[in-house]
Amino acid sequence: MPPSKVVLRFPAAIADKPIIYRLVKDYDLMINILKANINPHKEGMMVLEVTGEKVEDGLDYLRRQGVAVQPLTEEIIRNEERCTHCGACTAICPTGALYFERPSMLVRFDGEACVVCQLCVRACPMKAMEVRF
Amino acid sequence: MGVHRTFAEINAKIKAGKVVVVTAEELVSLVEEKGVKQAAQEVDVVTTGTFSPMCSSGAFFNFGHSVPRIKFFRVWLNDVPAYAGLAAVDAFLGATAVREGDPLNTDPPGEFRYGGGHVIEDLVARRPVKLKAVGYGTDCYPRREIETVITLDDINEAFLFNPRNAYQNYACAVNTGDRTLYTYMGVLKPRLGNAHYATSGQLSPLLKDPFFRTIGIGTRIFLGGGIGYVVNHGTQHFPSIPDLPPGAVRIPSGGTLAVMGDLKQMSPRWLRGTSMLGYGVSLSVGIGVAIPILDEEVCYYASRPDRELYAPIVDYAEAYPQRRSENLGWVSYAELRSGKITINGKEVPTASLSSYARAREICQILKEWIQEGKFLLTEPVAPLPGPEAGIVPKTLDIRGVKGGRG
Ligand code: SF4
Ligand code: SF4
Repeated sequence: MPPSKVVLRFPAAIADKPIIYRLVKDYDLMINILKANINPHKEGMMVLEVTGEKVEDGLDYLRRQGVAVQPLTEEIIRNEERCTHCGACTAICPTGALYFERPSMLVRFDGEACVVCQLCVRACPMKAMEVRF
Repeated sequence: MGVHRTFAEINAKIKAGKVVVVTAEELVSLVEEKGVKQAAQEVDVVTTGTFSPMCSSGAFFNFGHSVPRIKFFRVWLNDVPAYAGLAAVDAFLGATAVREGDPLNTDPPGEFRYGGGHVIEDLVARRPVKLKAVGYGTDCYPRREIETVITLDDINEAFLFNPRNAYQNYACAVNTGDRTLYTYMGVLKPRLGNAHYATSGQLSPLLKDPFFRTIGIGTRIFLGGGIGYVVNHGTQHFPSIPDLPPGAVRIPSGGTLAVMGDLKQMSPRWLRGTSMLGYGVSLSVGIGVAIPILDEEVCYYASRPDRELYAPIVDYAEAYPQRRSENLGWVSYAELRSGKITINGKEVPTASLSSYARAREICQILKEWIQEGKFLLTEPVAPLPGPEAGIVPKTLDIRGVKGGRG
C-alpha cells in the first residue's frame, strides 16, 4: 500500500484527544506528520502521510470522532501578478501561511505551512490565491 | 517666523530641478530626527498615497457612432450593465455593478467574481471588451441593437469619475457576534476573531492634510497610475473632529474626495477589479497626493506618525448595520499595523484591506515624477469644506410619498 496523504481538521472540542495515538495503536498505521497546527480549545489542522493495511478503517474512525478528512491532492499557489499585498487573507489563514512581513508590509505565502483549507481562495478580493490539482 | 512658501515658488523649484521631495514615511522620520521647524525648512513637498477598494468609483464613456446610428436605451460591457440615461452613445459604468446572471447571495456567501470594477481593469489592461446595447429606434437613431467588441483605444473618451474616494480615516471593523460576517471590510470571524482596517495611516492623503490647507478643488493627483484631479469634496464628506482618545492628534476624520482622470493613461496595476466575498464587486484604486510644505503647520500635520493617528473600532455584527454610532474604542495605526490589538481584554489579530506596500510605492512614484519635473503642483481653485462648515450626516427616513411626482 503506498502512503496516502490526508488533511485532517479537528473541531475545538476534540483537539486535545489522543486520536493519532489510536491510529497507531488500534489500526496499526505508520504515521508521518507533515504539518500540524493544534492548539488546545481551538480548531486544529494536520497533514498526515498514512501507510498500513487498515488506512480506510483508520480514516473512518477519525470521521466518527468528528474529524474532517480530505485527501491531499491539491495545492494552493499565489498568482503574484494579481496579489496587491493588501493583507485581507492574513487574519483568515488558520496556519499563518499567509502573513505580513515587517517592516516591508509585503504579504508572504509559505506553501510549506499551507494545509489547503482554501479559505483564502474565496476571501482574497483580488482572486490571487488559486487551487492547483 | 518660520518658513513660508507658495505653490508658485515650489513649482519654480520643480522646473529648475531643485525641489526637495520626500515621501510621507521619510517626513515622519525626518521630523522625529530634526523636529518640525528644521524639516519644514528643508522639505518643499511630501508625497502621500493609498491603494484600497473604493466602491464609489466608475467611468464615463463615449463609444462613437455606428452605421446606422443607435441611441442606447440599455447598455452592457462584458454583460455588466452600465447606465445609459445620457446622450446617445454616452454611458456611465459603476464599479459595483454586477454581471447579469450572477448568483449574488442566493447561496451565501456569493463570490461576485466579475463586475464593473473588473471591466474597468480589463479596459486599462487593453483587453477587448464586449459592448452590447439596445435602443428603441427613432428617426435620427434607427438602429435597435448592437453587439461588438471595443478596446480602450477604439473609443472616443473614457474617464474615471469617482464620487467618493480616499476616505480620510476609516473604521477598524470587528465582529462580536456568533457567526462569520461577509462584509465590504472582508471576512470578519465571530467573537472578535479578527479586526480589519482600511487606510494607509501615516501615508494616507487626507490624514496628512487634515484641515485641507493644500488639497482642494483642482488639485492634480496620481490617479490609477495616471494624472487626475480633485473635482469636489466627495459624497459623505463629514469632516468633523471626533472625540479622540489621549495621545491622538486632534484632526477631522470624515473627509472624502471626488476625483476624475483620463482612463487612457491609467494602468491595471493601480485600478483593480475586486471581489468581496458575500458582499459584491468593487474597484481598488491607487491615489497619490503631493502636499506642498507651505509652512510649519502643514509640515506638522503631514509628519504625524501612525502612533498619533487613531481609528474607531466598529462592530459589524450590530452597530454598523443598525446605524448605531457607538464604537468599541479607538486604536492607533501603529497598533493596527503591528498585527494585533486588544479589545475588551482579548487579543485580536489585525489585517488590512488597503495595501500599505502599494501605498508606499505610490508615494515613491509621485516623488520621482516631481523630481523629474513631470508633475507640477496646483493651487486649489476652491477649498474643501472643513470642520468649521459643521456638515452633519443626513439620514434616510422611511415615509410615504406626498406631493412630488413620484
Ligand atoms: S488577500 Fe489576496 S491580494 Fe490581498 S495579500 Fe492576500 S493574496 Fe494578496
Ligand atoms: S489554503 Fe490559504 S488559508 Fe488555507 S492554509 Fe493555505 S494559505 Fe492558509
